[in-house]
Amino acid sequence: MTEPSAPVIPCDQAVRQLWEYVERAVNPVDHARIEDHLAICRQCCGEVEFIKHLRQLLASQTSDDVPPEALRHLDRFVEEL
Amino acid sequence: MADAPVTRTARTKDAFQALARAQLPRLLALARRLTRDGAEDLVQEALLRGYLAYGTLDVDEAAGGWLRVILVNVHRDRERKRARTAEEVPVADAEDFSLYRTLVDEDPFPYSDTLHLDFLHTFTREDVRQVLLRLPEIYRTPLVLCHMEGFSTKEVAEMCGAPLGTVLARLHRGRKAFEREMWDYAGDMDLLKQGRTP
Repeated sequence: MTEPSAPVIPCDQAVRQLWEYVERAVNPVDHARIEDHLAICRQCCGEVEFIKHLRQLLASQTSDDVPPEALRHLDRFVEEL
Repeated sequence: MADAPVTRTARTKDAFQALARAQLPRLLALARRLTRDGAEDLVQEALLRGYLAYGTLDVDEAAGGWLRVILVNVHRDRERKRARTAEEVPVADAEDFSLYRTLVDEDPFPYSDTLHLDFLHTFTREDVRQVLLRLPEIYRTPLVLCHMEGFSTKEVAEMCGAPLGTVLARLHRGRKAFEREMWDYAGDMDLLKQGRTP
């Protein structure tokens, strides 16, 4: 006899963990529950893709423009070390 | 696979100055994300500490990350002096907030087939920085270090002097708060009406 499977978690419960799911930072049990939910929920699948874009947006900020004047001040500071 | 090159040049003043100059844009960018005011001071203090400790740097290839860790440590020390204890700050209504669903519900670009991407494209780099600066410091720092600087959660825990579980909880709240602040910022700055592109 097989054990009855756990009911699929609702959207609000899944949404709370989707960032961690994308980060692969949820435990195996929660990971499986979220996967089961995603298999039947198109909206949460869309949210997963959106979170990936948000992560890219954050990761792409590393070389953002910095004020040239501040850089000049700091360059002078380095010169005087 | 060949090992990555490991080099150790002489720890001279000239060598440190060259290293510091090469890292200045990245250090300043990091400082400007961590703090609203005093980013230049933060970089200067980090460079001074780095100069004094330059002899302890093992390999040249690690120099950039090493200086960034020093900068985060200086920032942490300053925050500790400023606020005697880092209190968990409730982020109003952010725990259950979903930017994705809010965009679906509010539909700010009714004629768009790519609503969510269009929303993200309205944010310039400066807008993203301003959104980050709206977050409480204890949530902003882990978010910046993990998602923008590429440090692991374990490294961030060490840098922040906090248990890993605390950092994970702050990251969770910080991500949700970031979503919430993006939405609020877009409204406050009229980004949705302008429909501008960076």
